[in-house]
Amino acid sequence: MIAPDRVVPTTCPYCGVGCNLELHIKDDYVYKVTSPFEAVVNHGNLCVKGRFGYDFIYNKDRVTTPLIRKKAQAPGARTQAFDRDQWREVSWDEALDYTTDRMVEIYQRDGADAMAVYCCAKATNEDNYLLQKLFRTLFRSNNIDHCTRLCHAGSVVALQMALGSSAMSNTAAEVIHSDLFLVTGSNTAETHPIIALQMKAAVANHGAKLIVVDPRRVEMVNWATLWLPEKPGTDVPLFSAMAHVIVKERLYNHDFIDRRTEGFEDFCKSIEHFTPEYAEAISGVDRNLIIQAARMYATAKNAAIYWALGIPEHSHGTDNAMSLIHLALLTGHIGRQGTGLNPLRGQNNVQGASDSGAMPWHYPGYQRVDEEASARKFEQAWNIEPGGLNRRLGLTTTEILSEVRPGGVRALHIMGENPMMSEPNLNHTRHMMEQVEFLAAQDLFINESGAYADVFLPAASWAEKEGTFTNTDRRVQRVRKALEPRGQARADWEIICDLAGRIEKKLGRQQTSFWAFRSPAEVLEEMGRVVPEYAGVKYSRIEKQGLQTPVWDDNHPGTPYLFAESFPRGRGKFYDIDYVPSVEMPDEEYPFILTTGRLLEHWHGGTLTRHSKLDDLYPHARIEINPADAARLKIEDDQAVRVSSRRGTVVLRAWVTQRTTVGVVFIPMHFAEAAANLLTIDALDPLAKIPEYKACAVRILPAGKEELPPTVTRGRY
Amino acid sequence: MADVTLTIDGSSVSVPAGTTILKAAERLGRRVPTICYHDYCTANGLCRICVVEVDGVKPLLPACLSRVSEGMKVSTSSVRTERSRRTILEMLDSAVDLSEAPEIQKFIGDYHADRARFPEAERREVPVRDDNPMYIRDYAKCILCWRCVQVCADDAQFTYAINFKGRGFDTGIGTFFDKPMPETSCVFCGQCVGVCPTGALKSKREALLEQGVSFDEILQATRGGKKRRRKSP
Repeated sequence: MIAPDRVVPTTCPYCGVGCNLELHIKDDYVYKVTSPFEAVVNHGNLCVKGRFGYDFIYNKDRVTTPLIRKKAQAPGARTQAFDRDQWREVSWDEALDYTTDRMVEIYQRDGADAMAVYCCAKATNEDNYLLQKLFRTLFRSNNIDHCTRLCHAGSVVALQMALGSSAMSNTAAEVIHSDLFLVTGSNTAETHPIIALQMKAAVANHGAKLIVVDPRRVEMVNWATLWLPEKPGTDVPLFSAMAHVIVKERLYNHDFIDRRTEGFEDFCKSIEHFTPEYAEAISGVDRNLIIQAARMYATAKNAAIYWALGIPEHSHGTDNAMSLIHLALLTGHIGRQGTGLNPLRGQNNVQGASDSGAMPWHYPGYQRVDEEASARKFEQAWNIEPGGLNRRLGLTTTEILSEVRPGGVRALHIMGENPMMSEPNLNHTRHMMEQVEFLAAQDLFINESGAYADVFLPAASWAEKEGTFTNTDRRVQRVRKALEPRGQARADWEIICDLAGRIEKKLGRQQTSFWAFRSPAEVLEEMGRVVPEYAGVKYSRIEKQGLQTPVWDDNHPGTPYLFAESFPRGRGKFYDIDYVPSVEMPDEEYPFILTTGRLLEHWHGGTLTRHSKLDDLYPHARIEINPADAARLKIEDDQAVRVSSRRGTVVLRAWVTQRTTVGVVFIPMHFAEAAANLLTIDALDPLAKIPEYKACAVRILPAGKEELPPTVTRGRY
Repeated sequence: MADVTLTIDGSSVSVPAGTTILKAAERLGRRVPTICYHDYCTANGLCRICVVEVDGVKPLLPACLSRVSEGMKVSTSSVRTERSRRTILEMLDSAVDLSEAPEIQKFIGDYHADRARFPEAERREVPVRDDNPMYIRDYAKCILCWRCVQVCADDAQFTYAINFKGRGFDTGIGTFFDKPMPETSCVFCGQCVGVCPTGALKSKREALLEQGVSFDEILQATRGGKKRRRKSP
């Protein structure tokens, strides 16, 4: 029996649930992970990643010394360097001075528009706050974004438009107070496993009813009263038809609509044509199921809607989310316990990174960069001369890479993200990455994106630094330093402050912002002074249990559910939306709809999980294909297949399974050797700029086993 | 719910109806010993270490399950309960490896259990099951407390990968048809590892470290687990 040297409480770095952890450490090794049973978020339960997935900390491939590329890279001819002999080990001084020199040179030559940064939804609030502050105050650029653009941008925009807020309205644990919940576009059991447990308990032990709307037969379907197997991208007709039924059968909440909403009359007219018959013709879902779902949702006492990326990741993602918001506004299932509109956030800190201003259109706290009053406020807070901050909206994640060209974006700093896995249409992304003039990567491993960099800044892992994460239900929780950083790795906030000091000196500006932070606690305090929702979040208050934002002052207890009295924009607003088909529909040449997503065992681009024993559980990519389709194509289980779209081709194994419906295939996004995003389409939602990951057309042909990509040894032991 | 007043070890206490004797005693600061009971699992009264004596009731009652009633007189420590607890500990100790169950070890000392009382007892000796990359199962240490089965089922995970198997002395925890874990519905959440009181379930990393394998060797070990085959629904 091993006696731990210490047991350190912290927060899980994987998904947005924000499970509380205890790291058991012996001789600086995390040999066991437990969770306190009294933890309000997860009650001692964890998933496989949370309990076993931390060996990446010690992986031999982890970079723990600053690196500079041996061969100078020129825009247009930039190459990937995975091998360590293509890099020179350097001191921190050299790495940061080099980064400073190159960035300042480009900034002084080409101006603010040439500078761009990807912040990181895995890093802490403090890390993100500082990095966006660096680019805003020193380079006067708003080209700041992170992967929220690729996940819930559509939901955020729709919620902002309709309600004026953009987070989960309720707490996931409240699901046991729901009589009915509707889960759509979410494979909750695999992507938010602990919230799925609460949902299963609500069904099994508390008598709740579950409606699943999803083109895949995800595990939650096993717990559902109704499953509506829609075709990908047909959410607007389906949910608008539910609204149509609710209006026609007068099941709406008259009182709520009168008191809390606007635009109801026009909305009724706008959904006149969304009959269940019309929705059936488009979505493939039996009209009676749609009618039944509408009645169940409208007549429940407390009904909640939970959704993940199946809703926003479409070229009409904002409309999709809006069609869900309409249902809640019609029925008044919002602003009470056990109800609400709940977008399940993917990354551990995607809520926090957005709150901390890692966004191109907003300062921290969603204060718009193009509003004079908020710009003035931040100029004062950051000690910038009046008019100094850039008032123009910055570029979003996908736009940053598309704008890489002479006269456009020239220098890119990537903290912890991996666009070479996570962007749609990767062949295009590759081309754009090759055009960057200067690229700095700040990460744990040389991933597909970092391999393009000029300089690599080795960051401390989440177990090696202090900070806070904000989880999907807006709870700000502590991340604690359990280990000393490996080698020379440094915490992101320290790297950023050090870099900022050097850049500031080189630029020689008159006025300087504050960078001499001694701890992340001080960073959060500065953030609390400019973000009213975080004003009362102090380290001293969240040592034991996190607080749910908004926390308006030092005595405010936090906010478990939002909108009890009113919406931030006043009245909830109905919008006139119409069905727009996905950009690419199946045809004779490309007859299948490809949809993409995550697996239980892996995490996004795989930088962490594919450097972990988790890779043993699910070691290679597989395409999920329905038995009926497989029989028609004469494809057997585990056989190699070649999957092509108009943009790329991958070869991978087939998994013949009823997890997916006829005509729809699924590829997980984690595997670089058969990257799903080589196939996906880079069509964007016009409002939210989110790409259409969830629907593109592909064709599938049998292939030989020898055509399968070789087992990737890079990233494994 | 209305409050119920009862007497525990001579002290009077009022608790809501439906409270267990165990929780009512905790109100008075009296700690009834428990082994299979876990605050976050359904209580089943399997191990019987928590038995108490109730006036007018002939058998000893498990405190973890029995609900209070008005005027009840409970004794948490009597000659009968002490003898019963001691015997339970002696029987457990005679058959199961309790070396990694410090709480039970402490009870053995507290209750003066005679570790040589059943010298002829057959020990439960089963090989360690090491069939997946995440955790090992060493059922020689299993006291059949049922926690792992319950958290795998309706207490937490709703996955139903493991259950009791066999009868009598051969009762154990197993998978359906004794399949290796990767071939079952197991999702490797390790909820079972989290509630195991005796070290029978343990993260593989921890087990290897105990065997003296260095952490570097553990990390470099070739990929071990069998290929995962997920069942179609």
